[in-house]
Amino acid sequence: MQFWGYRRPDGRVGVRNHVLILPTITCATQTAQRVTELVSGTVTFIHQHGCAQVGTDYDQTARTYAGMGMNPNVYGVIVLGLGCETHQAHRIGDEIAKCGKPVQTVSIQDNGGTLQTIAEVAKIAVRMVQDASMVQRELCDFSELIVGTECGGSDACSGLSANPAVGRTSDMIVEQGGTAILAETTELIGAEHLLANRAANDEVAKKAYAVIKMMENRSIQMGVDIRTGNPSPGNIEGGLSSLEEKSLGASTKSGTTRLEEVIDYAQRPTKKGLVWMDTPGHDIEQLTGMVAGGAQVVLFTSGRGTPTGSPIAPVIKISTNTPMFERMNENMDLDAGTIVDGKETVAEVGMRIMEEIQAVSNGKLTKAEILKQHDFGIWRIGPTF
Amino acid sequence: MSEYKTLYLNANDSVAVALSDIPEHTVVTIKADEIDITVRILEPIRFGHKFAVKPIQQGENIIKYGEVIGAAVVAIQEGAHVHVHNLEGKRGRGDKIGK
Repeated sequence: MQFWGYRRPDGRVGVRNHVLILPTITCATQTAQRVTELVSGTVTFIHQHGCAQVGTDYDQTARTYAGMGMNPNVYGVIVLGLGCETHQAHRIGDEIAKCGKPVQTVSIQDNGGTLQTIAEVAKIAVRMVQDASMVQRELCDFSELIVGTECGGSDACSGLSANPAVGRTSDMIVEQGGTAILAETTELIGAEHLLANRAANDEVAKKAYAVIKMMENRSIQMGVDIRTGNPSPGNIEGGLSSLEEKSLGASTKSGTTRLEEVIDYAQRPTKKGLVWMDTPGHDIEQLTGMVAGGAQVVLFTSGRGTPTGSPIAPVIKISTNTPMFERMNENMDLDAGTIVDGKETVAEVGMRIMEEIQAVSNGKLTKAEILKQHDFGIWRIGPTF
Repeated sequence: MSEYKTLYLNANDSVAVALSDIPEHTVVTIKADEIDITVRILEPIRFGHKFAVKPIQQGENIIKYGEVIGAAVVAIQEGAHVHVHNLEGKRGRGDKIGK
């Protein structure tokens, strides 16, 4: 299958053509947001990070920022810093510039305050958006796609309808030579043996067990029952009784292909095919990790319903049951409830999702994009100092 | 023959999923691989929730998808609602570690 995408200087292909105002520090997020209100074609994200972070936590946040900027759905980036923060804007800017796209860096302190900075960033953004608008879409193969998969607000149908259908889609993407990311390590606890059995080699299988053990140990070290957070109250209301049960349903999103590698949060896959990214179950944090890792499109299944989207990647939301699809139609893009009702097979819905990926990659807007649902959240793995 | 839809995923499973709200005292027929299992539902089961298709002993593993999804906290009768009140997950249980 093919789609019309935007070829970037590093050879990768975007399905959107955004100019990203990237605030490297929470203190710059409000200023960045005001620029997006002034200049169409720009996007940004609000967050609480970027200062007083150290060690691996610093690295993970830096990797996430840079990954968002390097995502091929972004034409160019204006990196906006305050000036004194730990995550220096110029360092993130230098990292993004390595992929050859236009990058400019602005500091609020150097510009003499909020208003001058808004004016400065807006002027740069106007020029960048106009340049972006000159880029023509070209015909690209599905092998150039990285598709993220996640589930949120799961119910007992998730593992029966939408997740297996996404699993079928995942298989088809891999058949086309593309990449499918499986995430949410928390929600693979209890299903890790099934994935490890599909690992490309012993090293991948070992890492699959290792990331599960690390995640499970966090709750054990805290002396808590993981069920106090997962399955969530909504999952339980929907019929899920334990994390293991949720995991067995969640893992069906991975389809049936070989597991090629297990990568760190916000890391770009080094292999094509099925890839597992180590993320928490938290919807927004896993979404951000996959987009920072280069996913141009994300599939998101839900039983309870969700408004979630990303500022730079279209998120196709798939309901597990028809009543919710009808109730939350403004948020949901596709219905897999037809499987539960016996009206369609898993393979048929999987094909329908493939066609939707193609349409969305060609430019069709998702509900989350239309509603400007620009969610962003970084998985923090250390305290702020 | 039951008008209520249920889903039974694996021949080893001890639970099935209700695909519609099922009132108590209903007799449902569950399609297994070779045989049909008839279960008298003991209490109302909501859409998406599980019920036992066979008696489950206290402490015994509960099986869905052919895999362990937790253990029975108490003995569970055939046809009973299986959920967080009588099923406990076994993973990520820091609260079970000796203090």
